[in-house]
Amino acid sequence: MDERAAGTGSAVGKGAKSLTSFAAGARTRLEILAILATAVVVVGGIELWLRYFEVPLYIMPPPSAIVLALMTDLPLILPHLGHTLVVLLSGFAIGAGIGMLLAAIITQFPFAEKIIAPYVLILVTTPMLALVPLLILRFGFGYEPRIIAVALAAGPMVMINSATGFRRVDAQKIALARSYGASTLQIFWKVRAPMALPMILVGLMIGAIFGLLTAVGAEMVGGGFGLGNRLTTYSSMIQMPQFFGVVLILSTLGILIYVIFFLIGRKWASWET
Amino acid sequence: MGDERTRPKLVVRDAGKRYGDTVALRGCSFDIPAATVVSIVGPSGCGKTTLLWSMSGLHHLTDGEVLLDGTRITAPRPEIGLVFQDANLLPWRNLIDNILFPFEIKRRKPDREWIDHLLDRVQLKGFEKSFPNELSGGMQQRVSIVRALSLRPSVLLMDEPFGALDAFTREEMNRLVEEIWMETRTTIVFITHSIEEALFLSDRVVVLTPRPGRVRNEYAIPFARPRTIEIMAGKEAYDLTYRIKADIYARDENVPQAAE
Repeated sequence: MDERAAGTGSAVGKGAKSLTSFAAGARTRLEILAILATAVVVVGGIELWLRYFEVPLYIMPPPSAIVLALMTDLPLILPHLGHTLVVLLSGFAIGAGIGMLLAAIITQFPFAEKIIAPYVLILVTTPMLALVPLLILRFGFGYEPRIIAVALAAGPMVMINSATGFRRVDAQKIALARSYGASTLQIFWKVRAPMALPMILVGLMIGAIFGLLTAVGAEMVGGGFGLGNRLTTYSSMIQMPQFFGVVLILSTLGILIYVIFFLIGRKWASWET
Repeated sequence: MGDERTRPKLVVRDAGKRYGDTVALRGCSFDIPAATVVSIVGPSGCGKTTLLWSMSGLHHLTDGEVLLDGTRITAPRPEIGLVFQDANLLPWRNLIDNILFPFEIKRRKPDREWIDHLLDRVQLKGFEKSFPNELSGGMQQRVSIVRALSLRPSVLLMDEPFGALDAFTREEMNRLVEEIWMETRTTIVFITHSIEEALFLSDRVVVLTPRPGRVRNEYAIPFARPRTIEIMAGKEAYDLTYRIKADIYARDENVPQAAE
């Protein structure tokens, strides 16, 4: 059973297949040991290389300096992490909620879907960061413009993937439900929604990662708080160890998003191989 | 229409169905007596499936009607169970949750004892937690039969249920249907491409003409149950197979003959 769980862990989506097998790869003690050893060699190698060639701190700080800076400045950085999380979570929740709702509604009306498809495509392909200066003019330097930008970045991604999921109608399965007298609502919750779930999860994951990018980008554009703001501040002060410390936190956030949706997918969508 | 005992369970009267300009079914009439197995055979595209779906209430006829116990079928009825071409299980639900699906839709308490008995009957005890993608094609179709029988329908409509299975599994499944029928005496309407299958299972075989489908002929299959290999390989079965085949391949499709 463990075998199967790892094998079908790719449920999150086809695009994520190679990554999931990578994440679910390590199982034996030897494998874990090999992975850790490689990490030590790589990080240690970078450390030695930077020190041996005396690369200046303001170009590329060695890993040890980054970790040290991160540990000493953590109390200063943590509030900014909080701000970024507020922006990311609320923007994502709004965008994903609206995106899923629109996908569920719009796929019921193929004609309306054709009409709005180009606009959704524009929303998906336009970097929402471009709107941030405008949003700041309108809403100021607070949370609002950032949350709006994150929602605009995540929403269409969630919508477009969820719509693909909802469009996968299986007439036989709907007929099955109808043969037992199922209502439209029952058909939606017990057939359409579960059938769409794997694609919805893919949309949510991509949307969350786009949301993170946009949140950090928006913070870099304006306003005095957030991890993105720390990046601009530290780089302008040439505090590169702190700068890379923030980058490390952002990578961790991205990986966390991925792992969360990977686990949700394994639990709720492992039926789709 | 006579008293309860002689009145047919299902009556197909003048059934017709058009899809745009295509006439799939025209003037189709026959009776299905209670507690019998009736197979409908005919060339591809003769409207067998259309006819069955009309009996289920999922599709509407453009002409004529189907009566269940004397009342017209206009929507799905709880007395009717449906088995689809492929098992049509919900892949995100395990075996037992697939079987409980009808009860969830109907918000009814499942009859656990009956379901357990059925699972035992089709030899699926112990697989309750398995997901469809972990089961073989034959097992999946057995689950779908249990699901269809779980509400104790008085009519079971089966739409080419074993078409996708290999020959041996198919024969096994035929024996299973026979056993279930002998236990429950559910009226079964069975659509199939296989004359062998139709003869083995049925009390009556209805042969349809090519499109637009109408009844070319009906045959009573007189063999006792359970039907043995000897019976099915005998001269009488051979003759019936020959006559049904001749009916299916005959050209004069507009001349339905009198029932056998």
